[in-house]
Amino acid sequence: MKGWLLHHRKAAEQALHRLVATPVNTLLSAMVVGIALALPAGGNMLLVNVQQLAQRIAAAPQLSVFMSLESGKKEVDETESRLRHHPQVRDVRFVPREDTLRRLKQSEGIGEVIESLPRNPFPDAFVVLPRSETPEALETLRAEFVKYPGVEHVQLDSAWVQKLDALLRLARLAVTLLAAALGTALVAVTFNTIRLQILTQDAEIEVSRLLGATDAFIRRPFYYFGALQGLAGGAVAWLVVLCTTLLLRGPVSELASLYGVGFTLYVLPLPESILLFALAALLGWMGAWLSLSRHLHD
Amino acid sequence: MIRFEQVDKRYPGGITALADLTLSIESGEMVILSGHSGAGKSTLLKLIPAIERPTQGMVIVNGQNVSALKRAAVPYLRRNLGVIFQDQKLLYDRSVFNNVMLPLAIAGVPPRDAGRRVRAALDKVGLLDREKAMPVALSGGEQQRLAIARAVVARPSILVADEPTAHLDDDTARDIVAVFRSFNQVGVTVLVATHHEALFAPNMTRRITLSHGRLAQ
Ligand SMILES: Nc1ncnc2c1ncn2[C@@H]1O[C@H](COP(=O)(O)OP(=O)(O)OP(=O)(O)O)[C@@H](O)[C@H]1O
Ligand SMILES: [Mg+2]
Repeated sequence: MKGWLLHHRKAAEQALHRLVATPVNTLLSAMVVGIALALPAGGNMLLVNVQQLAQRIAAAPQLSVFMSLESGKKEVDETESRLRHHPQVRDVRFVPREDTLRRLKQSEGIGEVIESLPRNPFPDAFVVLPRSETPEALETLRAEFVKYPGVEHVQLDSAWVQKLDALLRLARLAVTLLAAALGTALVAVTFNTIRLQILTQDAEIEVSRLLGATDAFIRRPFYYFGALQGLAGGAVAWLVVLCTTLLLRGPVSELASLYGVGFTLYVLPLPESILLFALAALLGWMGAWLSLSRHLHD
Repeated sequence: MIRFEQVDKRYPGGITALADLTLSIESGEMVILSGHSGAGKSTLLKLIPAIERPTQGMVIVNGQNVSALKRAAVPYLRRNLGVIFQDQKLLYDRSVFNNVMLPLAIAGVPPRDAGRRVRAALDKVGLLDREKAMPVALSGGEQQRLAIARAVVARPSILVADEPTAHLDDDTARDIVAVFRSFNQVGVTVLVATHHEALFAPNMTRRITLSHGRLAQ
């Protein structure tokens, strides 16, 4: 057990030594690996942020029920009472057509156009909050409300959220594919550095074998080398993502506040950071393994 | 204890290096292996740490049939042997001290203990004051002594050397011979292939002579 620990410590030291002995190579490899990893890591972070933002904005999906312009007060009252007593409805807010007209007259740009209209073009409307927010329930309600007398049109205000959701799922797939492709690149980079290492350590490997070194003894430093190089790449990726996030934070918050949403980009949290480092080390280890099985002969 | 029983060694390409070789070396013996160039001396020595395997027959080292040893068991056989190679196989990218350290690192000897043993080995071959030097800075005789220090640092019971005095002048060669004698005197079995038989065998030292892969009468 003690001997085993000693062997591992020695191998790790040796790997570290080799990394430090060629600082330029080490730095360049770390940059290549780091930037390759930063793309999917950053993409993933962006996705998570957008998803949170979407959830925040679409906190409660709602239905807008528009009356026809011809419908009178009786129909409006009837519709309101039917909506209020509907078991699937949580809340109803009435938006009179006069209010809509007044609000739009005040708004920049279209105010004058509205002013010049001979009569109020807007219908009375209800904003309905449903109890269940599943797309199926919303659709059922929409189909039901549209049949009420005097109702012209029912709009599902969460439709865009669903579209965004589908889009995000697609983007997530793209990021996963990107991660797979760039992960392969990381393995390839390690594969090649280890190949060069094996070539330069040729004499040491041969002599060690003659002096009774086991395969494990000879391979161990290369595994550590691969894992450490991957880890260094992971660190670069982490820094790149961190810097990008901090740089984007201000502008994004500003943009969000223009839309009336308080929002701050969040920085890569601890579990995800650990995952990034672990994955980078694992990929480096894999590159070393592949290279050793290909290039190390007895 | 080393025993060869009807050993044949044919290299790929059809060259027969050893043919029907039977011999036995007792524990604590010192034996000189001589013969013309190409007689098969290096081949014989390489069979002992399983660097080469016999085409036929058995090689037995310390009661273990080396010719049938599994690949995974070979490292442990080699750790119990001290081998000095014809081309020395020193590592030129590290100091004298670290060259001698390598067998102990491989065997997993704790660093403190190992440092002490490295110095003891360097002391025996008279290189203690050169421990920080790089091998290229050593003379031919010093390099040979470095190879010996590395071979004995793990305290093997058998020491095998291939032409340890090649390219050395007579005085330097005599020093090397003395080092081997001193190891043999403390009980180490020593087998040396050499063209310098006269230096090694002034008295009763046993001599095995090979000719075209067979024992010469
Ligand atoms: N790896 C090899 N492949 C093919 N033939 C070899 C190999 N090694 C040695 N031989 C041949 O086997 C024969 C014996 O070689 P070996 O090296 O054992 O001789 P030696 O007695 O050590 O010679 P020297 O005194 O020149 O070192 C020679 O004919 C040599 O050419
Ligand atoms: Mg030879």
